[in-house]
Amino acid sequence: MNYSSQSVAKLYFIAAIGLFVGQILFGLILGTQYVIGDFLFPAIPFNVARMVHSNLLIVWLLFGFMGSAYFLVPEEAERELYSPLLAKILFWVFLVAGALTIVGYLSVPYATLTKITGNDLLPTMGREFLEQPTITKIGIVIVALGFLFNIGMTILKGRKTSISLVLLTGLVGLAVFFLFSFYNPENLVLDKYFWWWVVHLWVEGVWELILGAILAFILIKVTGVDREVIDKWLYVIIAMALVTGLIGTGHHYYWIGTPEYWQIWGSIFSALEPIPFFMMAVFAFNMVSRRRREHPNKVATLWALGTAIMSFLGAGVWGFLHTLAPVNYYTHGTQITAAHGHLAFYGAYVMIVLSMISYSMPLLRGKGICNGQKSQNLERWAFWLMAISMVFITLFLTGAGILQVWLQRVAVTPMSFMEVQDQISIFYWLRLIAGLIFLIGLLAYIKSFFVKNDDPVQA
Amino acid sequence: MSRFTKNSSRNLFYGGSLFFFLVLIGLTFDTMGGLSKRDHRENITPQVAQGKRVWEDNNCVGCHTIMGEGAYFAPELGNVYQRRGPDFIKGWIQSQPTGIKGRRQMPQFHLTEEELDAIVAFLKWTNEINAAKWPPNVEG
Ligand code: HEM
Ligand code: HEM
Ligand SMILES: [Fe+2]
Repeated sequence: MNYSSQSVAKLYFIAAIGLFVGQILFGLILGTQYVIGDFLFPAIPFNVARMVHSNLLIVWLLFGFMGSAYFLVPEEAERELYSPLLAKILFWVFLVAGALTIVGYLSVPYATLTKITGNDLLPTMGREFLEQPTITKIGIVIVALGFLFNIGMTILKGRKTSISLVLLTGLVGLAVFFLFSFYNPENLVLDKYFWWWVVHLWVEGVWELILGAILAFILIKVTGVDREVIDKWLYVIIAMALVTGLIGTGHHYYWIGTPEYWQIWGSIFSALEPIPFFMMAVFAFNMVSRRRREHPNKVATLWALGTAIMSFLGAGVWGFLHTLAPVNYYTHGTQITAAHGHLAFYGAYVMIVLSMISYSMPLLRGKGICNGQKSQNLERWAFWLMAISMVFITLFLTGAGILQVWLQRVAVTPMSFMEVQDQISIFYWLRLIAGLIFLIGLLAYIKSFFVKNDDPVQA
Repeated sequence: MSRFTKNSSRNLFYGGSLFFFLVLIGLTFDTMGGLSKRDHRENITPQVAQGKRVWEDNNCVGCHTIMGEGAYFAPELGNVYQRRGPDFIKGWIQSQPTGIKGRRQMPQFHLTEEELDAIVAFLKWTNEINAAKWPPNVEG
């Protein structure tokens, strides 16, 4: 660690990992409710567990992005963070607001929560991923503004590198597109149209800038490859991301009441969306094979390469699978969607945050540039357990989805939704088992931070 | 690749994303212009609007899809008006949870008669949006 103010990142990373555990526990509740329908009912209905699962995901990823920025920006700008105090205050504000929101979900019926938080004044609640009370949303905007100010000032007063500028652009975009969550018209079609300006333009737009910037940063650090080369790749990758991803939004405008020309625009442009993910994979492997040094933090390199591969699989391959309009006509809103959602979120955004944590935590904890051998070995186990079990979750859901499409939408005598769910329950059991293995991987990951009497890294 | 400098790749990023963002804005304007024919917004009565609020206030989308978006735990409701009809929908909501052992459970929301009628009106309006012949069949 070159600048003492980078240490605020540690707080953010610890919170991120803690919330990640919560996310997975609620994922397991959901997975159990899929096969034992009345599990924990009525204490925790499915919709409540789902809100907790998905909102914890988003919140911990945001903690992860902010922590990454607090670590990366001072290093790139070659100066201390503009205000470490502000970063600490915002951390606690965000954590408390997030915790209160989750407690709200779990302790009162959702309809009560909407009432006591005054949703009627500015109704924004009750939409997928945007379930947070309006006041929480306002809190998120305030935290985001303070955060952007802090890292913006740091960059402004320091060295301006491509990586930090791309990161900042992505983060500003994240905040700007979140503002669409405040637009909730009475017309469901309009509501859906702009809902995707938060969801799609995040994960297939500005978040890719954040992903690319963090990946580029880690690659510079662990490979020592020339910045000129890395920067060039970074710009081409994010150019392709936005060139394809902006109009690619159209793959959500096939069946929601929007004009049918979107089937053409959406299919063509979103079919090109795998390109930036593919380039990211080529980029990462290329840089590592051209490395100018052997960085002893081997497991961080593994995470970075893993991110590149898994995001290509989840977003690129599984995204392409159902993105063409004639295919999406049958797969829209099935377990295929869930399969893709899991592998894409995990491969791209979970893994990039874990890559950054893997690279930076040893420095932040004063352990030198890497953890010892035992700790890295355990982390490597965790990497593989989580990656492989997530691939299996995806495969089982894909199996469930194919059968679901067939029985419910293609067959000559279609079955009802609930009948089909009974037919495919074996896949849900298997998914649950894979989920338990994922949890074991996550626990191993956490344990890797607490290895005592470690050995030095072997060359 | 050597002639292709960092500057040209940066320009590709700024130029490309600006251009396609403007295309997205253009297409969005065009979509907004023609949308009223497909979303039959003239039929969004105060009751339909209230129904959408009831839908949101009870987080129905946390279990169901509506026009294919939402959660995949429970049936598609964008076309449930056509599949089941108004009386069934009201009766169903009122009689939850079924309490059948091991079966997926829907909570009891204690909706008033007015709210039940509103949600039905909202689902009827939703059912009549022109969604390019989606879903493929009545099972959703
Ligand atoms: C890392 C990037 C990505 C993430 C995190 C991601 C995540 C998701 C999630 C969570 C959904 C479900 C949204 C909902 O609840 O309705 C979704 C839907 C979808 N995604 Fe992605 N995605 C990514 C990239 C892509 C790419 C590159 C493509 C295309 C090549 C793609 C194609 C689709 C399609 C077509 C749907 C709609 C599925 C449906 O009709 O039900 N995604 N994505
Ligand atoms: C133990 C592992 C996990 C299990 C058993 C699990 C289970 C589930 C279930 C049952 C749903 C609800 C699907 C529905 O609406 O019917 C869900 C949704 C979701 N989960 Fe997970 N999950 C797990 C891990 C994860 C991880 C690691 C991530 C992120 C990388 C994740 C991201 C999501 C997302 C984005 C959704 C919403 C999907 C969509 O709308 O298409 N989950 N999960
Ligand atoms: Fe998308």
